[in-house]
This record gives sequence, structure tokens and C-alpha cells, in this order.
Amino acid sequence: MVPKKLFCLSLALSSAFLFGCGQGGTPSVKIGLNAELTGEMPAVGASAKNAAELFVSQINEAGGIEVGEQKLPMELVVGDNGAKADQAAAVAQRLISQENVLVMAGPDASACAIPASEIAESLKCPMISPWSTNPKTTVDSTTGKPKNYVFRACFTDIFEARVLAKFVLNTLNAKTAAALYDVASEAPNAQATLFKEVFEKNGGRMVAFETYTTGDRDFSAQLTKIKAANPEVIFLPTYYNDVPLVIEQAHRLGITAQFVGSDAWSSPEILKLGGAHLEGSYFCNHYSTEIATPVAREFMKAYKDRFGQDPDDVAALTYDAFGLITQAVTRAGKLDREAVRNALASIQKYEGVTGTMQFQPGSGDPIKSAVMLQIKDGKFDWVANAEP
Amino acid sequence: MREFFHRLAQNRWILPALIVAGFVFAIVAQNFPILNNYTKFVLITAGINIILCASLNLVNGYMGEFSVGHAGFMSLGAYASAIFTTKWIPDSAAFFPVSVLFGGAVAAGIGFLLALLSFKTRGDYLAIITLAFLMIVKSAWENIPYVGGPRGVLGIDPMTTLPWTFFWTVVALWAIRNLVYSKFGRAITAIREDEIAANAMGVRVREAKILAFVVSSFFGGVAGALFAHQISFINPGSFDIVKSTEILVMVYLGGVASLAGSILGAVIFTFLSQALQPLGYWRMVILPLMLVLLMLFRPRGILGMRELSWLIPRRETQKNNAP
Amino acid sequence: MIPAVVADFAGTLPDWGVYLAQQSVNALQLGSIYALIALGYSMVYGVLVMINFAHGDLFMLGAFACMLLVAALPWHLPFVVVLLMVMLIIGLLGVLIERIAYRPLRGGPRVSAVITALGCGLIIENLTLVKFPYSQHMPTDLFVSTSFRFAGVTISTLQLLIIGVSAILMVALDFLIQKTRYGMAMRAISFDAGTVPLMGIPANRIISLTFFVGAALGGAAGMLYGLAYPVIAPSMGILVGWKAFIAAVIGGIGSIRGAVLGGFLLGAVEVMVVAYLPSTYRDLISYSLLLIILIFKPYGLLGSPPNVKV
Repeated sequence: MVPKKLFCLSLALSSAFLFGCGQGGTPSVKIGLNAELTGEMPAVGASAKNAAELFVSQINEAGGIEVGEQKLPMELVVGDNGAKADQAAAVAQRLISQENVLVMAGPDASACAIPASEIAESLKCPMISPWSTNPKTTVDSTTGKPKNYVFRACFTDIFEARVLAKFVLNTLNAKTAAALYDVASEAPNAQATLFKEVFEKNGGRMVAFETYTTGDRDFSAQLTKIKAANPEVIFLPTYYNDVPLVIEQAHRLGITAQFVGSDAWSSPEILKLGGAHLEGSYFCNHYSTEIATPVAREFMKAYKDRFGQDPDDVAALTYDAFGLITQAVTRAGKLDREAVRNALASIQKYEGVTGTMQFQPGSGDPIKSAVMLQIKDGKFDWVANAEP
Repeated sequence: MREFFHRLAQNRWILPALIVAGFVFAIVAQNFPILNNYTKFVLITAGINIILCASLNLVNGYMGEFSVGHAGFMSLGAYASAIFTTKWIPDSAAFFPVSVLFGGAVAAGIGFLLALLSFKTRGDYLAIITLAFLMIVKSAWENIPYVGGPRGVLGIDPMTTLPWTFFWTVVALWAIRNLVYSKFGRAITAIREDEIAANAMGVRVREAKILAFVVSSFFGGVAGALFAHQISFINPGSFDIVKSTEILVMVYLGGVASLAGSILGAVIFTFLSQALQPLGYWRMVILPLMLVLLMLFRPRGILGMRELSWLIPRRETQKNNAP
Repeated sequence: MIPAVVADFAGTLPDWGVYLAQQSVNALQLGSIYALIALGYSMVYGVLVMINFAHGDLFMLGAFACMLLVAALPWHLPFVVVLLMVMLIIGLLGVLIERIAYRPLRGGPRVSAVITALGCGLIIENLTLVKFPYSQHMPTDLFVSTSFRFAGVTISTLQLLIIGVSAILMVALDFLIQKTRYGMAMRAISFDAGTVPLMGIPANRIISLTFFVGAALGGAAGMLYGLAYPVIAPSMGILVGWKAFIAAVIGGIGSIRGAVLGGFLLGAVEVMVVAYLPSTYRDLISYSLLLIILIFKPYGLLGSPPNVKV
């Protein structure tokens, strides 16, 4: 009899879980955040959550968000996607169907943002990914047309690859390059492939194109191969926690080539982990603290006061995503997903922390510029702007 | 009360009635807004996990081997069916069951090969072969541009509905139950107890092992196919060693060599891992801790080696009740 | 910029020779770490016929223990002292896990112990994640590496250290097992666990010792690995642990020399596939190769079929 009792008990518990979730309370503007709090890139999730909390507390202190005639408080619902595709989809389902959020912000990693965007699109809930640069996030893969409900607050991999290839060819004056990237990771993979395409089209030569798999720590074999090919530049579009490992091992092998990275480098964690080995490397980013506008300076100060550290680009982009959402909700004038989606698509020149932006007609991709940064004296140093 | 439950358990109509009721509920819930999408999502996940857990239990529980490559079969089924519905016959919901069958068949075919190749090995060596298999499958997808390489397959039509999940869960449980209580099932259990003795007694060890492996990988593939059409996006990284570990946890939590245990283990795991999500990393401290404590006090899992009498074929229960 | 190479010795080899020699050094470094971890799997298996799936996480803790020790202790300790302390801590932890989680299950179904080990590994990993959600950097001043060039091949003193320390540990282990009374008892248990206690050998103490030595080697491997690949994360034990487990099985699980052979073989295969073939194919080719070895040698290269009593 014992097994049967246990069995019935657990079924009873699970049905309680299913049906026991109630709703109600005072009206508020519910915004979901689908973030990488655990898993391979916890720094990304933490920045997103910090920035979102900062924004929500600021707007609530100011009396709330203006919707039609009244001001409503903004409510944040955070879900952890563990930096995994299936969990990101589950969180998107939960935020949209169970928590009934008006808009979903995130996920940030492209491998998570793509499946989540499919769900947002099918449930007709506006979603805005702060940091996912992969073109597929906002484009329907079967029809090739832009998705209706999916937006992003950052530029795309295509633009970034063009900026980087031009920087290597024209500014660094290098004609040969090698790449090393995580083949199993969405964004790095796309960035490496696109970089190769643009670089070779403009007269550069890729002398080595090497890969590894998520979780690898030994890159000596790949780096020895790269060393033998003797490139002037090594393009390293990998996430911030792998970069210091690669560069340190490269230096031990006697490699002296210039390292260039993508926006996946931008977490300040990279400086703690990489130290002196990173000095002199360049990477492409969404914004620079050095050329901050008044809006950006205000945000940076508030962020630093609250969390004791400088905001990275994920934080800045998340903050902008929430700014875009707020403006769209106010313009829509009602708590309706369709109206908010339309308002979001027709935003003109939103001035955010990472620059002014507006969405390309009929697409969820904004028109905005990028910056090139160099790591110098343990800091991110502004080098150049790249206009779209 | 006790008598009532006992009579209920003995009633031969209870299981068909439950299945019909479940199926009707699934259809109603799918088409009328009585459950929200997230609840449906969790229910479907639970169904897929039950299939995974029960099919792995066939090899790890009933046969007593230790396969750690179940995520590999899931991956094969997911990819095969996703290619079927996105590239070969797109936009056709009518072919969804065919694609699931196809996913299962591909997984079963590879499972058959693997079983043939590894026939000589067993125990911990089989564990390593399944582990190597898992890594090979993941790496193979990453190197085939046709299936999107590391990027995976996008835009899979989300056709895995509640009724379909329920249907396949019932089919999987029914097939495994019938296998376990058949002549082959006895052979499989005999292998677990003592392979050499079983062989000496004339049990066709080789056939039994291969059959168990093929059936297990078939349903692993079916679960993968359902998963692909639930999430609508798959990539090689979705089916890694961590996924295999999760299935192992479900199997041993629920109990070895028990279908009721598999249902229970999968249901508990699914709901707890959703409900404990706000705890972040603590979630994966609590779940394994439960497992370790359970192993210390009930080394075979909650329902290890036991079965709900509903799930045992009638002729078996009569035999057991006979003095 | 950090100076890359400080000294240059003995001319140079032809290009292909330099390349091969350089990759061989890489393989040797990776292989010696795999071998050290594989030893831990193999020792425990030899004595208890049980896969200790928590071993990969003990390996990971070796690196974290080293980091915490250097940060916590006010003195600047030499490398060897830190290494011994890490080995002691991780070794004792291994014994503790055996006492709490594995010993009560001895005599029960074998697979329960394996699952418990898997659970313990997950608990260790995720508890470390709770404490250290972000990747950490190993202490830089514990061992300052310099690179020099020998016949065109760039070798760092760190590589020499890793290969050297691993070699010393392996020779010491071989001595312990072949020449001491404890080693004899260990071998006796792995030969016939049922009879040994009847002969007056304290089986529990020998098993604890086995866990201590196995875990200590894993801890040492973790620390060396951390120095070689200085960004450490709580999840790093998973992949390396499973790979070392594969190495142990390829060599013939339960066989000490087999574990060493398997470790070096895996390291060599992984590096050489990348060296001469497209690196995307690394896992595909190296694991297919290992699968083929196991199909033809089902008990590994140096392993023997278990003695089965009918």
C-alpha cells in the first residue's frame, strides 16, 4: 500500500501546483525579464537583473508609468533561464502565459533568445532582447521575414562583423588574421563566420580558423596551429570567461599577434580574470563610459551608487530596453500587447544610455552605432566610433 | 476505506477508464482555455520526461546495465523528426505522427548498431560506450551543416500538443509494460540477476539485450521528437551529459525496475525543477541532496522493484495472488 | 604586453619538426593531468568496483582549495607546501564522502552507490556555484611561469612543473601499491573483496586510504590544472571528469598503469586531431577512436576481464 499512497500524494501535490496559482491584486504594468542568472554566463544575468531593478525602482519612485489617464506602478517578474535553450523557452512560456506580463525583456544570450523569441511571436507578446546580436533572433527562420513581436536594443552580428573587419583592415592595417571560437556557442560562432566573410571580401586573408567546444580549457593545440600560420591579428569572439584563458596560453606559447574581440568581451569580469595579459587588445562594444551623454552619466552614477560597480553594456542595454518599453506603453495608452507592439515599432529617436535609436521600418533591429574599445591600464579605453 | 482502495486497484476497468479520461482531458485542455500555456508546457514536459525515464529504466532498471547516453538517443530522435517536418515535408501537421515515428526509428536503428557493437561489453564498460556515443552524436551534429551545425534547427512547428504527448506516453508505458512482462522481459530481468546463469539456463541473452536496447532507444527518440516540436528549437548542446544526468536522476529517484516509479520520478523532477527555479543554484543542490538521502534510506528509489497493480497485466496479478 | 620568451637554446628544428614537438609537449601536459584524474577513478574502482562520479568535482575543488588557501594564509608559501596542503584537504574530503555517502550502501545494490556518487558530485558543484557564481582567477604569484625556446620549441617552466609533478606522483603511487603493505592489502581487496577481511586485514581502513589517495591525486590534478588554465569555475569538473573517466576505462579500469596510459592516450589523441585535422572534428574523431578501441578490447588496453564466479 505504501507505494500507492506515495503515488497518490505526489499526484495530488502536482495538481495543487497546476491549479493553485491564483491571480489578482492592484493593477500594475507587469514586465518580465528572462535572464541568464545561472549557468555559463552568470555575470550577464546579474547585470540584466540589476539594471532592470534599478529602472523599475526609479520609475516607481517617480510615481509610476503613465498609462492613459493614470500612473501605474511597474512590476518586475524575473525568470532564470540558466543560459539554456529549453529552459529559456520554458521561462518565456511562464512569463507570458502564467505571469501574464505585458512585455518580456531578454534573454540576452542568442542561444536562449532565439527559442524564446519563437514563443513570444507565437503568443503575440512583445519581446525585446537587450543583448542578443544574432540576426535570427528577430527574423523568422522559415519565411526569412522579420518577426512581428520581437525587438532588440542592440546592433546585429552582421553590423558588428563589418565594423571589426574594417577596423582590422584599415586601422590596424593587418592583412592576415586567424580566428579561434567556441563552435557550440551561438553568438561567437555567428560572429566568427561573418567576420571571415567580410574580411576576405575586403582583401584580407584568414590563415587559420580554429574552434573549440564549450567547457574546453586547453587551447594549446589550436594556438600552436595558429602560431604556425603566423597571423597579424587573432580574432577571438568568445565570451568573457574564456578570453583570459586563451590569451594567457597564447602568451606562454610565445604568440605576439594582436588580439581583437567582440562585444562578448564586455563584462568587467574580464579585467579581473585577464589582468596584464589583456593589455592592448581591442574589442567592439555597444557603448563606452568615456563618451557618455548626460543620460548615460546619470545612469552610470545611479548604477554605481546602488551596486558598487560600473555598469557593463548588458546593464546599459537592459536599461535602454526598459526605457523603450516604458515609452511604448505610455504611447500606447493602454495595457494591451498589440498596442504596445505597435507603439514600440513606431518609436522615433529614443535617446538611451547606449545612444539614440529607432527601429528600422518593418523590423525589430534598431539603427545605432558601435564603439571600438581598447584594454589599457586595466580599463576599457575608447578608440573610435563606428556609425551604421 | 482500505478495502475500497483495494477493490479499486483490482478493478480491471480502472486503467482503461483512466486512460480514456486522461485523453479526453488532454483534448479538452488543449482546445479550451481551462489551462494556461505555461501549465500545458509543464504538463507536456512531464509527459516527455515520463517517456524518457521509463525507457531508460528498461536498460538501467530492468536489465541492470548503466547507460549514460540516453540524451544521445533523444538527440537522434529530435533531429530526425525536426528535419522531417522542417525540410522534407514542411507545413503538414498530418505528418507529425510519422515524423515522431521516424525519429524513434532512427534512434532505434542507431541503438541497434550500438547494442550489436557493444554486446561483448557490459557494466561499466557499457557506461563508457554510451558516454562516448553521446559525445560523438553531439559532435556529429555540430559538423553537419545540413542540420544547422552548432546552431541547430530553427523554426520547428510546435506541434507537440497535450493529446499527442498523452498518447505517446501511454504507448511508451504500454509497450514497455508488455515487454517487461513477456518472455523477453523475464530474460531481461534474468540478465540483471545473473547473466551467466541466465545464459546457462538457455535464456537468449543476446536477443533479449538487443531488444531491450532497441526499445529503450526507440522511445528515447520519440521523446526527443516530442521535445523538438515542443521547444521548436534544438541545438546539439541541448542534449549533453547534463541532460543524461537529469534522466538518470529521475530514474533512480522514482525507482529502478518500476514503471510507476518512472512516472513518479519524472513527475516529481519536472515539477520540482520548475517550482524551485527561483532558488537559482540551490535548486541543483536540493534535488541531488534528495536523491542521495533517498539512496541512503531506500537504495532502489521510491518505488524501486515495486509496481502499482494497475500497471501489471492481469494474468500476472492473478498468478501472484494465487497461493 | 607580457614578455613571451626569455631565452633561446640549441638552434632550431625544421618547421614540421618544431610543430610536431610543440604539439607533443601540449599533449604531454594535457595527458599528465588526465592521467592523474584517471588514477583516482581507477583506484576506487579497483578496490570497490564502483565508479566514483564525484571525483571530477573533487578535482575541481582542488583548484578552488588552492586559490582559497593562498588567499587566506598570510605567508607566501612555496608551491610544494600548498600542493601538499591541497592534497591533504581534498584527500580528507574524499574519505569523508566515502564514510557518509558510500559506506552505508556497501552490500546494497551497486548502482545505488554510483547514483549517490553522482548526486554528491552535483551537490559539491552547485554548492561551490552558490559561493562562486563567477569564474575566478588562480593566484598568480604561486608559480611564476617563464617560457624559453629549446630547438625552436617553446616550453614554459609551468609545463615542465606539471609534467614533473605528475610523474613524481605517479611513481610514488606505483611504489605505494607495489611495494608497501597497504598497497598489498589494496591489491588483495581488489582481487577478492570477500576473503580479505577474513584474513585479518582491516578492509575499511584500506578502503578509506584508497579514497584518500585517489582524492588527493584528483586534488593535485585540480591544482595543476588550475595553474595551467588559470580561470577556474565550479563547472569545470564535469567535462574533464568525464573525459578522465573515459581515459581510465580505455586503459582498463582498475588497472593503475592502464589509467596512466589511457590518460596520455586521450591527451595525445585530442591534441593531435586538432594539430593535423580541422579542429571542429576533434570530439567526433577522438571519441570514435576510443569507441573502436573499446569494441575490440572490451576491457580496455591493460584491463583484464573480471573474474566471474559461476
